[in-house]
Amino acid sequence: MASSIATRASAEADLPPPLKESGQREVFCGLTSIVWLHRRMPDAFFLVVGSRTCAHLIQSAAGVMIFAEPRFGTAILGERDLAGLADANEELDRLVAQLLERRPEIRTLFLVGSCPSEVIKLDLAKAAERLNRQHAGRVMVLNYSGSGIETTFTQGEDGALQALIPLMPSSSEQQLLLAGTLADAVEDRLIGLFQKLGIERVASLPPRRSTELPAVGPGTKLLLAQPFLSGTARALVDRGAELIRAPYPFGVEGSRDWMSAAAAAFGIAPAQVASVLDPLVERGQRALAPQRETLAGKRLFLLPDSQLEIPLARFLSRECGMELVEVGTPYLDRQLMAEELALLPAGTQLSEGQHVENQLLRVREQRPDLVVCGLGLANPLEAEGMATKWSIELVFSPIHGIDQAADLAELFARPLRRRAALSFA
Amino acid sequence: MELTLWTYEGPPHVGAMRIAASMEGVHYVLHAPQGDTYADLLFTMIERRDKRPPVTYTTFQARDLGGDTAELVKRSIADAVQRFEPEALLVGESCTAELIQDQPGALAAGMGFGALPIVNLELPAYSKKENWGAAETFYQLVRTLLKPQLPAPGAPKPDPARWRTEGRRPRVNLLGPSLLGFRCRDDVREITQLLGSYGIDVAVVAPLGARPADLQRIPTADANVCLYPEVAGTLCSWLERQFGIPCVRTVPIGIGATVAFLREVHSLLDLELPAELQPGADGVCEAERRSRLPWYSRSVDSTYLTGKRVFVFGDATHAIAAARIASRELGFQVVGLGSYSREMARELRSAAAELGVEPLISDDYLAVEAAIAEAAPELVLGTQMERHSAKRLGIPCAVISTPLHVQDVPARYAPQMGFEGANVIFDSWVHPLMMGLEEHLIGMFRHDFEFVDGHRSHLGDGAPSPSAATAAAAPAAAGAAPVAAPPLHAGALSWSPEGEAELAKIPFFVRGKVRKNTEAFARERGLAVIDSEALYEAKAHFSR
Ligand code: SF4
Ligand code: SF4
Repeated sequence: MASSIATRASAEADLPPPLKESGQREVFCGLTSIVWLHRRMPDAFFLVVGSRTCAHLIQSAAGVMIFAEPRFGTAILGERDLAGLADANEELDRLVAQLLERRPEIRTLFLVGSCPSEVIKLDLAKAAERLNRQHAGRVMVLNYSGSGIETTFTQGEDGALQALIPLMPSSSEQQLLLAGTLADAVEDRLIGLFQKLGIERVASLPPRRSTELPAVGPGTKLLLAQPFLSGTARALVDRGAELIRAPYPFGVEGSRDWMSAAAAAFGIAPAQVASVLDPLVERGQRALAPQRETLAGKRLFLLPDSQLEIPLARFLSRECGMELVEVGTPYLDRQLMAEELALLPAGTQLSEGQHVENQLLRVREQRPDLVVCGLGLANPLEAEGMATKWSIELVFSPIHGIDQAADLAELFARPLRRRAALSFA
Repeated sequence: MELTLWTYEGPPHVGAMRIAASMEGVHYVLHAPQGDTYADLLFTMIERRDKRPPVTYTTFQARDLGGDTAELVKRSIADAVQRFEPEALLVGESCTAELIQDQPGALAAGMGFGALPIVNLELPAYSKKENWGAAETFYQLVRTLLKPQLPAPGAPKPDPARWRTEGRRPRVNLLGPSLLGFRCRDDVREITQLLGSYGIDVAVVAPLGARPADLQRIPTADANVCLYPEVAGTLCSWLERQFGIPCVRTVPIGIGATVAFLREVHSLLDLELPAELQPGADGVCEAERRSRLPWYSRSVDSTYLTGKRVFVFGDATHAIAAARIASRELGFQVVGLGSYSREMARELRSAAAELGVEPLISDDYLAVEAAIAEAAPELVLGTQMERHSAKRLGIPCAVISTPLHVQDVPARYAPQMGFEGANVIFDSWVHPLMMGLEEHLIGMFRHDFEFVDGHRSHLGDGAPSPSAATAAAAPAAAGAAPVAAPPLHAGALSWSPEGEAELAKIPFFVRGKVRKNTEAFARERGLAVIDSEALYEAKAHFSR
């Protein structure tokens, strides 16, 4: 398997310049991350300080009421708050007190900024400080922004993690730190594998309990499990961590490169890595083969949404044989994407930003076999005869690691197999 | 500031989107940040529509704020007009744009689009909600389009019987059905057929399926039917005032209401009341036989429905109708009636007064859940939120109202209105309860192994076991609710093993209520331990 590091310098040069687009975007805002973060940290509560629109967004993104008792809510600004008839800070204090009384199990409270709270310049950092004093010892109050004027979709997680970083204890102990929300089962599996490789201490951010934050310091080697954590990576590096450069753990190849990059950072011999991972790689490729049959030669168009587009495109083209028509990304962090870009087939057309109408025109012109897109666009595209995959499903499903590669491919193969299975003749 | 977990209604601009998306030839330019584009999925995923709603968002970002967001608005409007060539343009803003005050409506008006009707939507996002936004948008749109036709002040009102002199069939408009409304598509078909069977034509259905040109034909009808007051109420009143078009306000949900509706239409249009709509000696009219509900309800198998305690919550139109049907047409006892539609609080209150229950006007779903727990009904008729609450409480539930869930958009024909609607309602409300015979049998053979606790498929997966439900419901509700339900197990009350055993013999569908009553009784008497004697004392006490 080709080492990504070796090909990096040359390959990005083979990519045409990305199309820079600006027009109507069709992307969730950062508030959406709450929908998976609250499941990862069941002792945390996410309180959006925003509008009825914000409340309606998370409700709709959560599939309209999957959970009878959510660990998120919205402090809805009303006319009285805006007109200055009520002091928004006092109101917020009152609501938080009410909330904590009702939910005594909450240990961490995230105040999540929204467009309205930012436009009216409600200082949630100050509010968090104040509330921390009021509820000292009982709950930790943090803040970050998930607003649609500042963040898209998965950037909300980046913000939430950055809010946790100042609270992480310092330690110069040698350890591997995984950053990015993983499904619990996947995480257990990955940690087990790292330990088999000989990396003893593996910690995760976010942790499963919001109060059990990992330590960080000069001994920390940081491995990103999700590609959308630019701010988190920077903040952890500022705390002394060293960023391991690797592609992301999607697919057999990506996951192997990801793990071996970590092993290399810990000075583990390549032979040891091969002895642990090669059998997995072999098995993973076997599991992938039937999906590859469905996917090979099919044309794929990825609309910009979750920021997972580039790693997924790399996996689907290299390991599943799909043809990349266009790979959109809401924003391009060249540094965090360097290893991925290097692995993209020469000539892959990237686009950054969005102009949804123009993009849809290109989709119609190209008639790809599969389109990865947001929820709002899926059925209209299906109605036009194109199979689709919802990007939000990819942040909810356990897709990381060599063992999950076949499941990940299956998510893309299923819409195609379904279309093929239907007949009304 | 108000704490909200789940919301019954979206923001007012979503109401505006419902009008735009329901129609053809209308486009809506919405000044809003990118995240607000989530609203598209309400239509493409929940309503399972095959096209995007006709909305162009400006999707401004923070970096635009320093610059000229007004320019962005103008560019978006120009693009949208060019690309979609709408017959009418709605221009508005979402909650965030409202704060930056670009006044997109005024900008659009100054862009020189000639004859294109432009409606400037000012929907206060911080004080109003979705249904209000829909009603206001519908009204503003029609008002703009009918401006040239406005009769001069003091002009004579049109005669609703003019169809006769004009030598044509009478005709009415059906106003209010929209996307994301509850079963609107099927209701329109049902009511159109029903009216047609009495020789009455439908002139315009709006907003669902209408074009701007159709709205301009509204005054050609002899009367309006205000099918969904939440959406069409404002418009119908205005049409009555300005154009003198009379309005039928009875909403034909349920047998009684459908008959009343037909009588109202006939009298308004000065049509002779057909014999089948005239009440017979027994008060029953022949037309009711078009539905199976009255007979099914009278049939001996329905005896078990007698006095079933139901709790009703939803939008005001559906909740009021449901309460009437439940109490009069199914013989249930309504033990709670509420709505999140503050705009129609008056109507709901009077319906509650008629039924002798305390009205609950609230958009806090936890308060509703607490009220359900308190009332301990045997059936909940509510929204998707109440379906969840009911599930937690182990109570069967049928959904009667928005907010819409993909489950509420069935492939089959399933109206709520008219005689067929009554059939649908009978099935879908009675279904979650045990089949009558089944319940008698359980009563008679409750010691048989077949009728042990597990036999409750109608509550679906994940319903807690009945005893767990009663035990869990109270702390959960108390833990979660801002207006917490009074803890059911306060005080040091305990059940003796023998008391528990006796309780376990009581059929599970009433066990929760018996447990609650017995505990209340024991507390009143200052008992610390509930044994079987206490249970029977309580039973005797409550059966009086
Ligand atoms: S884009 Fe802004 S206003 Fe809209 S839901 Fe997201 S945070 Fe709220
Ligand atoms: S399937 Fe369930 S709900 Fe339907 S009749 Fe049977 S038990 Fe009742």
